[in-house]
Amino acid sequence: MAEFDYNGKKIETDDEGYLQNLGDWDKGLAEVLAKQENVVLTEKHWKLIDWIRDYFIKFQVAPAIKTLAKEVMSIENLPDKKEANKFIYELFPEGPAKQLAKIAGLPKPTGCV
Amino acid sequence: MANPKDKYKIPVLDGNIPIPKIVPGASAYEHMVEAQKVDMEALGFPFKLKDGWKEKAIGVFKEILDNNKAVRDYMDICVRCGACTDKCQFFLGTADPNNMPVQRQELMRKVYRYYFTPSGFFKSLSNSQELTEEVLKDWFTYFYQCSECRRCSLYCPYGIDTAEITMAARQIMDSIGLGQKYATEVIHKVFKTGNNIGIPPLALRNTLDDLEEEIKDESGKDVKIPMDVEGAEVLLVPPSADFFAMPHMESLKGYAKVFYKSGISYTVSSYASEAGNFGMFLGSYKNAKEINKRIWDEARRLKVKRVVIGECGHAWRAAYTYSNTMNGPFDFLDSKYRQPMHICEFTLGLVKDGVVKLDPSANDDKVVTFHDSCNVARGSRMGDFKGGQIVIPRELIKAAANKFVELREGTTKESTYCCGAGGGLLTEEVMNLRLAGAMPRMQTVKEAVDNHGVNFYALICAICKTQFSKIFPLHGFEEEMVGGIHQLVSNAIIL
Repeated sequence: MAEFDYNGKKIETDDEGYLQNLGDWDKGLAEVLAKQENVVLTEKHWKLIDWIRDYFIKFQVAPAIKTLAKEVMSIENLPDKKEANKFIYELFPEGPAKQLAKIAGLPKPTGCV
Repeated sequence: MANPKDKYKIPVLDGNIPIPKIVPGASAYEHMVEAQKVDMEALGFPFKLKDGWKEKAIGVFKEILDNNKAVRDYMDICVRCGACTDKCQFFLGTADPNNMPVQRQELMRKVYRYYFTPSGFFKSLSNSQELTEEVLKDWFTYFYQCSECRRCSLYCPYGIDTAEITMAARQIMDSIGLGQKYATEVIHKVFKTGNNIGIPPLALRNTLDDLEEEIKDESGKDVKIPMDVEGAEVLLVPPSADFFAMPHMESLKGYAKVFYKSGISYTVSSYASEAGNFGMFLGSYKNAKEINKRIWDEARRLKVKRVVIGECGHAWRAAYTYSNTMNGPFDFLDSKYRQPMHICEFTLGLVKDGVVKLDPSANDDKVVTFHDSCNVARGSRMGDFKGGQIVIPRELIKAAANKFVELREGTTKESTYCCGAGGGLLTEEVMNLRLAGAMPRMQTVKEAVDNHGVNFYALICAICKTQFSKIFPLHGFEEEMVGGIHQLVSNAIIL
């Protein structure tokens, strides 16, 4: 467990920096989390962050990698999932589980992944 | 932007696996994140050490000694011959003497001697050690630097199995409130959602729909992945990573195509949506049994005739080796078939019978090698003959691909090195340990790439797939080299 100050509020994270309380998340906090990951958020990042949050709210889990890739293909007009994956790693070099989920305020995907 | 490679200690690959000069404490800094309260309590464990923890720990230790004849014997029979010392990939990778199997065992044995042998009280005579917080710290460090792969036991003239000792130590630690976050969180998710990842039924169906659509786009065929269908002939239980991650999902496509061509009706389950069994990693019989039970309860509920397990190493060990004693007998299933059956045996049988046809030239762009997963190679069998777990996966690869080469002799089959992240080590905080543990295997991969042009690394374990997908790129190899046997089948099958 760890915590840091954000806008006068104590934000709790787990030991790897994922938010403990999903309700704490807002766009400003996403910027703070992105900075911790050395990721500079652009319009393209935001599209994925918004989409993955919607997905999580609907399904209570992060999307499978192919489902994410399918979405990226469609938003970015990419020819296939391979290109989509490459694009995702360009935005989030340490991978969607580690960085996209964290910045979007979702818990860390666990299991054999 | 920071390069992920800069954060880690990446071993140099030159093809050699030297026995290192020991460096005491070399990997003492590698620690697991401790378990969360909510997960420990869900698994029936206390949270954090409480008054009386020592007595409790010794009580649990005694129960293990009374109930587990193997562990009891292992405490007494080691003769310090040293045959195991250079067999553990974590010792080879870290040089820390506590990662030599004999020394790892000694962490527990010296406590055993103190409490359970007549001479134990005389410390200097017997080299015994009271269980203190300091000793617990060592236990928590080094019993989580063992992947329970059992390679050392293969070379031990007495057959001492360090995995059993590691599991016993973890069980003692859990029982007094000292747990590991990764495995306990994962097990808690199984109890809540049916799988390690926490995928609820609606999300699972959505994922399967996407996969069906992808297969349709690629092949034009309506290959279905049914879920929760009562009366199907086969209940297919893959590791949940097959529903979520790459390259795992490619193998799931392979299974689906095999069922499609075979005409055998099947279903996956949203209740038993996990073949893996992290209860085994904890050494917790109660949790392992509870997780295993979900598969058989679901087989009854869905009235299937057969149970088939997907590509997952420890899942196969848990399902093959423990199911019957934990939750059998399975007389409600069709006795014509082995219960459970491994997906490789299932597919190979159909190929041999000519029901499923493979065109190996579809994989002619690949030079394939195979990494035996420890829990399959050393912890179980497959098919109806001795060594089936070694032969069947290879036969299936050769049916699906024309170019196959073996990794270095002495590091394959039952002598295989662990991928370095089994046994509950597949977690981010010990990435350096994972790199060190993978080092011996990666030396042989480097050799296979350099000498034979290997470009596809076939696996039948979800943990191996994830571990190598992370490790390969750190060594400069393409992540896409890593994949499942049923990924090859998926490419080669004539639909």
